Amino acid sequence: MDRRKITIDGNEAAAHVAYRVSEVIAIYPITPSSTMGELSDAWAAKQLKNIWGTVPTVSELQSEGGASGAVHGALQTGALTTTFTASQGLFLMIPNMYKIAGELTPAVFHVSARSIAAAALSIFGDHSDVMSTRQTGFGLICSNSVQEVMDTAAIVHRATLESRIPFVHFFDGFRTSAEVMKMEELSDDDIRAMVDDEKVKEFKKRALNPENPFIRGTAQNPDVYFQGRETVNKFYNACPEIVQNAMDKFASITGRQYHLFDYYGAADATRIIVMMGSGAEAAQETVDYLTKTTGEKVGVLKVRLYRPFSVKHLLAAIPKTVEKIAVLDRTKEPGSLGEPLYLDMVTAISESMADGTAPFTKMPKIVGGRYGLSSKEFTPAMVKAVLDNLKNDSPKNHFTVGINDDVTFTSLDYDPAFMVEGDEVVRCLFYGLGADGTVGANKNSIKIIGEETPNYAQGYFVYDSKKSGSTTISHLRFGPNPIHSTYLVQTAKFVGCHTFGLLEKFDVLDNIVNGGTFLLNSPFSKDETWDKLPNRVQQQIIDKKLNFYVIDGYAVAGKTGMGGRVNTIMQTCFFAISGILPKDEAIEQIKKSIKKTYGSKGEEIVKKNFLAVDQTLENLHQIDYSSLKVGAIQIPPIVSAKAPEYVKNVLSQMMEGKGDFVKVSEMPIDGTFPSATTQWEKRNIALEVPAWDSEVCIQCGKCAMVCPHASIRIKAYDKSLVSGAPATFKHMDAKGKEFPENSAYTIQVAVEDCTGCELCVEVCPAKNKKETRLKALNMVPQIPIREQERANWDFFLSLPEMDRRLINTSVIKAQQLQQPLFEFSGACSGCGETPYVKLVSQLFGDRLIVANATGCSSIYGGNLPTTPWSKNNEGRGPAWSNSLFEDNAEFGFGMRLSVDKQNQFAKELVVKLQDQIGQDLVDAILNANQKDEAGIYEQRERVATMKQKLEGVKSIDAEKLLEVADYLVKKSVWIMGGDGWAYDIGYGGLDHVIAQGKNVNILVLDTEVYSNTGGQMSKSTSFGAVAKFAAGGKATAKKDLAMMAMSYGNVYVAKVAMGANDVQTLRAFLEAEAYDGPSLIIAYSHCIAHGINMGKGMENQKAAVDSGHWPLFRYNPDNFAKGENPLKLDSKPPKIKLEDYIYKETRYNMLTKSHPKEAKELLALGQAEVLKKWKFYEQMAGMKVGANDEEVKS
Amino acid sequence: MDLSTTYMGLKLKNPIVPSASPLSQSVDTVKALEDAGAAAIVCYSLFEEQINHESGELDHYLTYHADSYAEALNYFPEPEEFRLTPIQYLDHIANLKKSVSIPVIGSLNGVSTGGWVKYAQNIEQAGADALELNVYYIPADPKVSGTEIENMYVDVVKEIKKTVKIPVAVKLSPFFTSMSNMAERLDEAGADALVLFNRFYQPDFDLEKLEVVPNLVLSTNWEMRLPLRWIAILYGQLKANLALTSGVHNHTDVIKATMAGADVSMMCSELLTGGVKRVSEILKSLEQWMTENEYDSIKMMKGSMSQKAVAEPAAFERANYMKMLNSYKMLW
Repeated sequence: MDRRKITIDGNEAAAHVAYRVSEVIAIYPITPSSTMGELSDAWAAKQLKNIWGTVPTVSELQSEGGASGAVHGALQTGALTTTFTASQGLFLMIPNMYKIAGELTPAVFHVSARSIAAAALSIFGDHSDVMSTRQTGFGLICSNSVQEVMDTAAIVHRATLESRIPFVHFFDGFRTSAEVMKMEELSDDDIRAMVDDEKVKEFKKRALNPENPFIRGTAQNPDVYFQGRETVNKFYNACPEIVQNAMDKFASITGRQYHLFDYYGAADATRIIVMMGSGAEAAQETVDYLTKTTGEKVGVLKVRLYRPFSVKHLLAAIPKTVEKIAVLDRTKEPGSLGEPLYLDMVTAISESMADGTAPFTKMPKIVGGRYGLSSKEFTPAMVKAVLDNLKNDSPKNHFTVGINDDVTFTSLDYDPAFMVEGDEVVRCLFYGLGADGTVGANKNSIKIIGEETPNYAQGYFVYDSKKSGSTTISHLRFGPNPIHSTYLVQTAKFVGCHTFGLLEKFDVLDNIVNGGTFLLNSPFSKDETWDKLPNRVQQQIIDKKLNFYVIDGYAVAGKTGMGGRVNTIMQTCFFAISGILPKDEAIEQIKKSIKKTYGSKGEEIVKKNFLAVDQTLENLHQIDYSSLKVGAIQIPPIVSAKAPEYVKNVLSQMMEGKGDFVKVSEMPIDGTFPSATTQWEKRNIALEVPAWDSEVCIQCGKCAMVCPHASIRIKAYDKSLVSGAPATFKHMDAKGKEFPENSAYTIQVAVEDCTGCELCVEVCPAKNKKETRLKALNMVPQIPIREQERANWDFFLSLPEMDRRLINTSVIKAQQLQQPLFEFSGACSGCGETPYVKLVSQLFGDRLIVANATGCSSIYGGNLPTTPWSKNNEGRGPAWSNSLFEDNAEFGFGMRLSVDKQNQFAKELVVKLQDQIGQDLVDAILNANQKDEAGIYEQRERVATMKQKLEGVKSIDAEKLLEVADYLVKKSVWIMGGDGWAYDIGYGGLDHVIAQGKNVNILVLDTEVYSNTGGQMSKSTSFGAVAKFAAGGKATAKKDLAMMAMSYGNVYVAKVAMGANDVQTLRAFLEAEAYDGPSLIIAYSHCIAHGINMGKGMENQKAAVDSGHWPLFRYNPDNFAKGENPLKLDSKPPKIKLEDYIYKETRYNMLTKSHPKEAKELLALGQAEVLKKWKFYEQMAGMKVGANDEEVKS
Repeated sequence: MDLSTTYMGLKLKNPIVPSASPLSQSVDTVKALEDAGAAAIVCYSLFEEQINHESGELDHYLTYHADSYAEALNYFPEPEEFRLTPIQYLDHIANLKKSVSIPVIGSLNGVSTGGWVKYAQNIEQAGADALELNVYYIPADPKVSGTEIENMYVDVVKEIKKTVKIPVAVKLSPFFTSMSNMAERLDEAGADALVLFNRFYQPDFDLEKLEVVPNLVLSTNWEMRLPLRWIAILYGQLKANLALTSGVHNHTDVIKATMAGADVSMMCSELLTGGVKRVSEILKSLEQWMTENEYDSIKMMKGSMSQKAVAEPAAFERANYMKMLNSYKMLW
């Protein structure tokens, strides 16, 4: 049978089968598995049917715990059910996994295996998550490549029905889940043939059914529980053979034969590697090379069925000649005798040697090692190092490979120059920006090559850890033979650099081969380009005798209406230069792929792309550099010489893309990193930045308030300090009573940190009276002013910060003088969340403890290499931590308990030590009023005095007091996260925490969607908004979290939108912190996932409020005591139609184009909901609540 | 009483035609207009900008930030097909045709001769009985001469006429140096009717924000004087039919328009403020007036006050201005 050849990634391969053999799919987004759920949802929306002719029901839950519960319930009532997850998500499923396995329920969970959060979170791939489910009773089966993912999915869905053992089918997160590869697609007939309907019938017969009632899930006692647990043994004993039979059945259908353990290598091997996952492919490739070129007797045993572990099948697969075995685990179990696969191998071999069933003449030497944690590269050089280690009489055991462990010396040395790939494989590297579409174009290219030529093809894409100005590196391979290279391209024949500026950021030609081809998108003409190149690049071009091509892709894009997207243009260049296909055929295929990619969005966008293709080749030029000289342009240093040593020595390596070379000794032992490091990473990503016109400025402070990156700052300072300023430094007299007399005033832009979002310009209310298009801030090109503004910024930083005690924090123009202690984060340009986060850091930063839920805010707040939480000149600043996604409210609550306890203990000790401290000071400390900056300042002074007095006191109490004395100064605990956390996965905890009455401040950065994982629906999503898992528009109303919190009566609740009313926002933050109890602020945060012009985000916020979608209010329980209604509405009744707000945003207006009828209906429902809600709030705010009202009192 | 008229070959039961406006966005409203007596309906306009930019804008926002960050390779689900505004417009025309029996006139608003003109054909295929071409152009570029602009109008009409068989009306602005000449050129280019005149939405200033703001002001009936004059002048000089639009608010306006030579009177503002029922009210008053004044048919009064039919043809020209000034002084 001639099957379709397709080019897809591992996630799609798994979902392709899982969808077709399921009736119910319960999902929850988590990287890198989200795609599987998204595809299932999209297919269901398109009414794609499963193999039984019905469309599976796809349902999003509030967490993975919820998803697994739903899976359990669906299975128990007879629906074939699946789910997809990874990492912490799999952890949350473990309780139900025990249940599902304990009840012998057939099911398959497809897992793109990912690291777990320990000292740090990582989204990348290893087996730590999967290995933590070994004990649940689930079978574990592993796929090593995209083809295997689809094949194994079909095999395991058959095997689970027959064996009744549920399975985790796993494959490496990112390396396999996101690798795009040419493969043979299983048809519905193939999948149909793999499913035994008799077994489906049996499964359904076992389901809960009132027509034939029974109970399952009893509570058992010591008398029988144990025996009950042993009943399942025979099913586990039978399972391996059932899986092998399924593999054999699969082979009979497709010709691809798998075994529980597949050996590859010399038949008489003496040294072998045993491993699972994508790394086994690199091992196979290396073994192939070593056996063929040097005749080494080596091999690799790929473990496919890991649980139930079959010793019988293992022994049958290993050559009897084997003397030494290296077992590689992609996980770490601190404190264990070894990692899981190693321990299993040791047990299996030693048991079989002991009982005489092993084929070996003597006990093989077995060593274990770790590799590839968090998608760490695993290359042929490392495979060779592992095999070479086995040559030693006493090979290193419990080793690591791929890192430099200079602390406990576990690591094996390897030769990075060792490579095994042949010349028949074409390898290409493309450096681009996220915004220019490079990755999308390369995905299309690899599809064209894979599907339109006989070549095998592979694409893998590396992304940035920053969300703004992010860079991408695409790794493409193709050639006549199947590709087993499951690692990044090491040497490339073709390098494309799609953004000129990246030549300074990356050593893009480091990996190009001699005589290779270099394609550069240059904003300069073909004659100018050479002289604009950094001299390192010029030298590399000359030394490596490269074929050097240049195109001004931006000019072509501009002329053809493509804006900044050069993807189609650079793709055309690639095909034209590489000659993979004849020119005309290549262009035809590119156009075909354009039609496929853009066709659904209308003809015009297709036409523009076609035009770009047609105009590309005439603008592509090969540069003859034979007579050109190397110039003087140097690559700038990665970080300033003024940076701290740790930044210069360690973080800078990560910034340069050389983090793989960081040694173990250079890493913190417990995940602790210094604050304030983003200031050293000058990213220079903005093409245009705001320039301040002091003649027009009215000193309102709004620009600094909305700046998402804290790159526009304000200072008021004594005029005399201006004398040392650089010539271009701008200043004006400070106006208003908020500033001390004789003050100068400056608004300074950090142009190297600015992302160019324009929010500041948009909110600036001051217009130039002579030319109204100009404001007090106007965008200007960055490069011409970069140098001067760098000097101005340095001078600005040298100016003193205003004494916090003198700042009137209730007025924005003064409050914005407070130093932001959250700066230059990697958030999206124009982010709607970070202005709120920054505001907290300004108001309370020097006493702030932050518990941050996993999500956007934990990523832009804590993703290496550099982090934005900073500190002031006194060395104080926010203390920040991220625990998990689901537990953040509780995490912050624990912080509050801790702070309060230590404060209480400190106070107890102060009383005990009153003789040494002095009564006056004791009284002052214990009775301190810390409600404002002055009070806090004075308390700090008192505590400092007390510490001095205690220095000489030798007593345990004095020592203890010194340990906790800092807790006598007020601490502000803030719990932050997005709506996915607050409304969904963490809601139970949030609800519990606010019910406890403790003084915690909760900030919900509400984007109304799961932003970090790519826009999935949350319970905050509104009627009619399109999101993933709500492709037809959300059909239910947004959850009213504020109302739920207000129902407690003792929780301060505010709903704010900075773009609509910045004063109300400021007031809410001040009141929330001042309230001695739980506070909840729900902050409207415009977001990239709304499909809007981010520079106009504040306008959208205003429209949200004006329409009534987002009413502004503050509910302050303290008002009860004043005899006032605690609820105060801060916005006016709806004054624009809901549609005038929502149709400004793609998330809503796209529904009018995809589902016009539903859009109308949902708009009507949404509008009615807005009006109903408003009336409700209005009534509530209008209620009489008096302190003397007996009814209220009672 | 015979109120019937013929417009671009379409036999209409009376001369009242609701012009392009949001009223035609709802099939139910159009049905109500038909029930109230409207003789035909001009559908709201499909704009060249929508055709040219909507697709690009949608692509921009759907793919913005895509493939940039490992955890979020995109932000939106992608349906297999989008029904973009132009496609929905065609669907709407087809729906209207299914729902009402009065003629449905599609409306295209644009200025260039680009790819968008093929939508004329699409509108025809969707079932429209005729097409109204609204050429809306603000000649802000001092390098573009009046001749170039006039040629542009003519070229668009020629281009559209090449692609469709249904009749094509051209809705014009009053700002031509030689309106008569322009009308003749458009007539020669194949226009089946001229619709006089388009009302431009003139922007306003927000003095608080120092911003230019759009400001929609509905018409008043004094505004019909300008088209009234030009219809009176052009009547009888062209093959093309004439429609009067701007400022038609009551039956006397319809009568004046007809007497000037208009084949139909188009209405919008009055219907937006007074509701659909205004059509039947005006028709009733029209009939009453005609009865009282002994007119048997619309045909009878059509063009009766046109320039060539009145006793003082010069009244429509400059002398008219002088006379008015004189009478103005006398009043004071």
